[in-house]
Amino acid sequence: MKEDTDLRKDFPILNQEINGKPLIYLDNAATTQKPQAVIDRLSDFLSKENANIHRGVHYLSMNATTLYDEARTCVANFINADHNDEIIFVRGATEAINLVARSFCNERLEPGDEILITEMEHHANIVPWQLIAGENGSRVVPAPITDEGETDLDQFESLLNERTKLVAFVHVSNALGTINPAKEMVEIAHRKGIPVLIDGAQAVAHQEVDVQDLGCDFYVFSSHKIFGPDGLGVLYGRKDLLNKMTPYQGGGDMIEIVSFDGTTFRPSPERFEAGTPNISGAIGLKAAIDYVTNIGWETIHKKESLLMNHANKLLGEIPSIKLVGTAENKVPVLSFTIDSVHPHDIATILDTKGIAVRAGHHCAQPLMKRLGLSATTRASLTFYNTVDEINQLTETLKEICALFES
Amino acid sequence: MEDLSDLYQEIILAHNKRPRNGEPLIPCTHQAEGFNPLCGDKLTVYLRKPDEQVNEIACKTEGCAISRASGSIMTTMIQGKTVNEIGKLIEETKALLTGDEEPEIDLVQHGEMAALVGVRKFPARVKCATLAWHALESALKGAMEATTE
Ligand SMILES: Cc1ncc(COP(=O)(O)O)c(C=O)c1O
Repeated sequence: MKEDTDLRKDFPILNQEINGKPLIYLDNAATTQKPQAVIDRLSDFLSKENANIHRGVHYLSMNATTLYDEARTCVANFINADHNDEIIFVRGATEAINLVARSFCNERLEPGDEILITEMEHHANIVPWQLIAGENGSRVVPAPITDEGETDLDQFESLLNERTKLVAFVHVSNALGTINPAKEMVEIAHRKGIPVLIDGAQAVAHQEVDVQDLGCDFYVFSSHKIFGPDGLGVLYGRKDLLNKMTPYQGGGDMIEIVSFDGTTFRPSPERFEAGTPNISGAIGLKAAIDYVTNIGWETIHKKESLLMNHANKLLGEIPSIKLVGTAENKVPVLSFTIDSVHPHDIATILDTKGIAVRAGHHCAQPLMKRLGLSATTRASLTFYNTVDEINQLTETLKEICALFES
Repeated sequence: MEDLSDLYQEIILAHNKRPRNGEPLIPCTHQAEGFNPLCGDKLTVYLRKPDEQVNEIACKTEGCAISRASGSIMTTMIQGKTVNEIGKLIEETKALLTGDEEPEIDLVQHGEMAALVGVRKFPARVKCATLAWHALESALKGAMEATTE
């Protein structure tokens, strides 16, 4: 097991100055930085191994096909899918949700039907459902959350009815850090025979995910939020469902026989991967997963809970800071407001100190509205952050309060 | 503290805390909203302009310190000016905040708006500083809404 100072050294980008100050990167929920292992793997692949897949009989093409398949196996093992064929590579979590909306929901939705989500969803888990519901005369229903930012399970259950055709909810909230009781929510929906999609975009970098244990029908995430390259995402779907779904896009690689009388489609995953996929992205994701697996969840959890406890304590000591999202079960995401200071001013001043945070609605406008806020400032941490970085964040926040309250 | 950032000058902080002419002016002859969909800054500019002269102006802002200060300072510069004079002020302010050339600050010409010149170093925030001025332009044209897009 590596010491965490060594882990930090794995991320070359962290070793630089921004605005004359050492970079303190606290925007990991937006995207994570990439370890040298991922950078090297991409560089190696592009320098020595690049070729298209499934198409050539030549060495490089066969080798690239093998590498791409290995990446799929790696992802399947990582989230404990039953079959490799249940892993579909897409552009990101957003595309994965759109794929399910198009290919799974479109044929099943009738006027008056409902898709149940929660009030804490990212726009990526709201808008695709609204689009498809709008075309079918059905509607998207949000399950309420508590003031602390937890899903109200009683209301969640009571909103499920015979018109509910799908349940979709976020595993871990990007704006609040809340970890939803995903397994329990799946069980509640399944008791009524309703399929479930889980948006795992913010979950996979913080905790072990076992899709069979969760029991969900679909699970989605993005590579760039788990130390891998951007432009690649994963849709996990249960095999029996996937092979009954209509294709998402048409093109090469996804077909069996094409004729002008009609075309037949290959089973999953090829059915949903029309055209040349993001081959290097998948190979980069495998390198990222190998990297995380190698560190191990125990090390990650230990470091993250140390950071979160420290940050909660220090921020809690500043009277004008109000933490937003105080669920019992959280990843180290700290959303907060300061009464007299707008989040964009906070973020700009932090930036002048080399501290990168996000300010705004975090692609969750309905959630902000529910909480009666227009925006928050968010510091999102991961294992390569340090106690000292949190100290510096806190010191600067105190200066900001003093500046604006004077 | 002075090294905290050039952007947050005392003048800006003071206007942010207590904006001048910050309450809606009702009734008014001209009114326009400014909205920045990226960050959610929202403001309304109200004018009483019975003829070529703006007798009264107000700017109510919900947003960051930069947009609040800019709107507040703007109202202090516009009061009593003619449409022609205001047109010139708008152009000068745009050049100050967004012009390609580094502006020469003239305290007589730019007044307190000069305090906002620091925003040039923060591309993500320039629109916060120009929003009120865009809304003022729209209000003068009789339009009801301005955005930064
Ligand atoms: C909870 C959640 N869902 C979905 C997404 C969308 O991910 P992507 O933009 O990578 O498709 C994000 C990204 O911010 C997210 O935080």
